[in-house]
Amino acid sequence: MSSTSTTPAVALAATGLGKRYGRRAAPALEDCSFRLPAGRISALVGPNGAGKSTLLALAAGLLQPTAGTLTVLGAAPGALRDRVAYLGQNKPLYPQLTIADTLRMGAELNPARWDAAYAARIVEEGALRPGQRIRGLSGGQRTRVALALALGKRPDLMLLDEPMADLDPLARHELMGTLMADAAERGTTVLMSSHIVSELADVCDHLLLLGGGRIRLGGGIDDLLAAHTLVTGRGTAADLAPHTVVESRTAGRGLTALIRREGPVDPAWQTEEPSLEELLLAHLRSPDAPALLTPATTAAPLEVRA
Amino acid sequence: MVEYRIDRRSGVATYVQIVQQTKQALRLGLLEPGDRLPTAREVVEATAINPNTVLKAYRELEREGLVEARRGLGTFVRRTLGAQPADSPLRAELESWARRARAAGLDREDVDALFGSVLDQHFPTSDELFPEGDQ
Repeated sequence: MSSTSTTPAVALAATGLGKRYGRRAAPALEDCSFRLPAGRISALVGPNGAGKSTLLALAAGLLQPTAGTLTVLGAAPGALRDRVAYLGQNKPLYPQLTIADTLRMGAELNPARWDAAYAARIVEEGALRPGQRIRGLSGGQRTRVALALALGKRPDLMLLDEPMADLDPLARHELMGTLMADAAERGTTVLMSSHIVSELADVCDHLLLLGGGRIRLGGGIDDLLAAHTLVTGRGTAADLAPHTVVESRTAGRGLTALIRREGPVDPAWQTEEPSLEELLLAHLRSPDAPALLTPATTAAPLEVRA
Repeated sequence: MVEYRIDRRSGVATYVQIVQQTKQALRLGLLEPGDRLPTAREVVEATAINPNTVLKAYRELEREGLVEARRGLGTFVRRTLGAQPADSPLRAELESWARRARAAGLDREDVDALFGSVLDQHFPTSDELFPEGDQ
């Protein structure tokens, strides 16, 4: 793993990125600006329809943006296809091919980087036989083959759309372990969407929270958690000035709130650092809370776009 | 080689669990000076946690002088914790005490509470993160 002591390389950079599926439709992404530093394992989180799959498909070069710019490993999306692996939600594989054929296809499409032994091992760990046809596999088994195809490329950037949704708990644990080992060994950057927050908390060290087509929270998870405080005590949300109140709830005479600190918190309040789940739920329940991006995740201010 | 077990429901931060389990292994003599800790890659492959979490735990152990990172070779144990290996006389005494407690009809929670209160009385600690603090 590379340290962040020097200016880290950037895996993804978006400036004013927008995507609209048709003239009348609401934009799926709108004025989306962020940087994802290389080597991070980033959780892409947001409510249904927030634009997660759109962002991943744009980064994979499968969709064209309707506004703004996006660079992937410093190049245009799709330009460095051999260094980027994308795993879509529907795991597109050829149903008539066998597993062995599918992996051979991976080898032929990625002649320079393909690691055949590694891809074969990932498949074998799932007790799958090379001669089985994709058609006859369960959803979770297909996911395993698709992940073998993605990891076998030994990519520098992995874009995973809900990768674990249809895996059983054991397969999930094994494949996450495989993914983490790859990241530990090669410093692979991973951006993966998921709704299972408890799973992300173990695996990810970086967060991009999408809402209404924009980035609402972005940064290292430790930094984001440290910037927020859960406070409980007697009083009203107004008493919490000058802190930014993300969400507050009254309970009897008391108040519980998630705040972004501006200076020290009045010791009359009981304070505690939120969990990732608490941080995410508070922001999901408060779609109007202002966005917060840490410096390394904020888009570089190279140019101002109208 | 020590194997880490991550309890997702414990509420204890994952890196703290690794620190605590390493110290536990040092105390029980399961790890001795010169032993190599598993690499971050080995730990994350088995536990499916983020590699930085392992590195954070190892940095903490290094800061406490318990292990040292040798470039390109791995992370090695520098010193042990506590003077009581797994087969010490103190352990034997505690085992005989535990047998008597059980014979007297105490259950696990009773013993836990009793032991905890005696522990608190004789080993006050200010650091909540590391309740078995080694000062």
